[in-house]
Amino acid sequence: MSVGRAARAMPTLLRVGMAEAIAYRAEFIVWMLTSTLPLVMLGLWTSVADEAPFASYRAADFVAYYLATLIVRNLCGNWAFWHISEEIRQGTLSMRLLRPIHPFYAYAATHLASVPLRGLVALPFAAILLYSSASDQLITDPALIGIFVLSVAGAWTLTFLTLVTVGSLAFFIEKSMALFDVYIGVFAVMSGYLVPLPLLPHWVGQVADVAPFRFMLSFPVETLLGMHSRTGALEMLAAQWAYVGAVAVVALLVWRSGVRRYEAYGQ
Amino acid sequence: MIEVRDLHKHFKVQRRAAGLGAALRSVFHRDYEIVRAVDGVSFRIERGERVGFLGPNGAGKTTTLKVLSGLLHPTSGSVEVGGFDPRRRESAFLSSITLVMGQKQQLLWDLPPAETYALNRAVFQVPDAQYRETMAELSELLDLGELATKPTRQLSLGERMKCELAAALLHRPTTLFLDEPTIGLDVSMQVAIRDFIRAYNERYQATVLLTSHYMEDVAALCQRVIVIDHGRLVYDGDLRALVTKMHPRKRVSFTLTAPVDRDQLERLGTVVEHEEGHVALDVDHAELRDAVSHALAELPVADLSVEDPPLESAMRQLIANHRAERGESA
Repeated sequence: MSVGRAARAMPTLLRVGMAEAIAYRAEFIVWMLTSTLPLVMLGLWTSVADEAPFASYRAADFVAYYLATLIVRNLCGNWAFWHISEEIRQGTLSMRLLRPIHPFYAYAATHLASVPLRGLVALPFAAILLYSSASDQLITDPALIGIFVLSVAGAWTLTFLTLVTVGSLAFFIEKSMALFDVYIGVFAVMSGYLVPLPLLPHWVGQVADVAPFRFMLSFPVETLLGMHSRTGALEMLAAQWAYVGAVAVVALLVWRSGVRRYEAYGQ
Repeated sequence: MIEVRDLHKHFKVQRRAAGLGAALRSVFHRDYEIVRAVDGVSFRIERGERVGFLGPNGAGKTTTLKVLSGLLHPTSGSVEVGGFDPRRRESAFLSSITLVMGQKQQLLWDLPPAETYALNRAVFQVPDAQYRETMAELSELLDLGELATKPTRQLSLGERMKCELAAALLHRPTTLFLDEPTIGLDVSMQVAIRDFIRAYNERYQATVLLTSHYMEDVAALCQRVIVIDHGRLVYDGDLRALVTKMHPRKRVSFTLTAPVDRDQLERLGTVVEHEEGHVALDVDHAELRDAVSHALAELPVADLSVEDPPLESAMRQLIANHRAERGESA
């Protein structure tokens, strides 16, 4: 199951993945609506900070933060957990295991292929709002823009691999959805999805600084809003991709162990 | 070529009684039992053979097919398919086999089958010329017509199975594991799928191992059958020999133009049906010629047919005999 075979098959996998995303457009819109939480938070926090800044965040800062969060979340979110756990539970994974390509490539292509559609539907609206309301905060330095693009790629990969790992636990646990609920709760707090990380209680913020979740969302948002210098952003980027490597190893180990169990017990 | 030597596949299965108390107890203590799904099966199938793989529900047929295709690893024993060890699931091995499961599909549900074909073509790296040639052949053999361009969810069960077969065979596998490929299909569609399997086997000298609950499938396609029950091999050999062994008598049915006494019929064979205008006798192979001549000479016969007893009946008898020998209940 070589990388070369996967690379040659990737254009077709992406094309078919895009066709699937278009076929599931109704579910897609519903899923996108569930990712509009930042807009709710935007409404809440701007009313809190309307009269005076809250912990140095002005109302305009909250607007910029949550619009940037909405954009990054739409670019990086995926539902690999659901995809994998359902296939394991229903036994349809068997058909995937009979194809001479590692399932990670196929899952990645399916989820990557939905990004352009999400971009087309949601991003123009959010991007125009962000530019019109917070253009002074957005980065213009080409180096930082490059780092932002790489940080979005890193955030997507890290989110995908983490969800693959959690989804693969369905090999061992019948009701793995409970684990996903725990994951999404921790993610919402630690990634900056609910609240900007500087607003978290001190000790929670310290944990969030070293946990992988901020690299799935907050780091690209912070970079887009010019909250890091070039050097600082580069250091964060290195840390993010180190996490990508580490989680990739964990995902492969959990997957291999799960497939061995699947081969032993069947479905 | 497929070679299976002393294959065992055992599963550890949780046992729990019904009720809330049992559910609560199972939180703290779980009881398990070992289920011997396949228990010492050996056989060998040569390239190009079509073999029926039969047995009652839970006999271990699907488990064996999954072991042969590399989805399950044997508890013990060895398996070789086309020179490969299926456990390794190497690309060359996966490109040489296919597993079609009537109850599970690989077609993308909301897209036309053509998209699954494109996907398989890319993943199996089927060259352009071979893809066009194979698609043309499969379209002709399966009469696909416009089916490949309709969303899978809008296809009937039979149409879906045709498209499923095309997706499974696009890379021209030389070993076919077919698990209930005609389940739920109407008679005409069953015949179409059978014809297709036979044609594919003949065209590509493909090895076919077929499970089906429809004995017509097996009778039409397979000279040889392997029968398992409770994971153990019960029979491996010629299908007709199995029927003859289980039912060494032929069934002779007559349509009569006038009533006939039972005594007169019993001189020819064992009476199994005696109704006005219709009788059926079971007759030993050795006495068949005499019985038919006498009947034609002495009885008011309007029509006559000689048949083997149905395969289902032979199978039931075989399984019952096997269980009786082992002291198991049916």
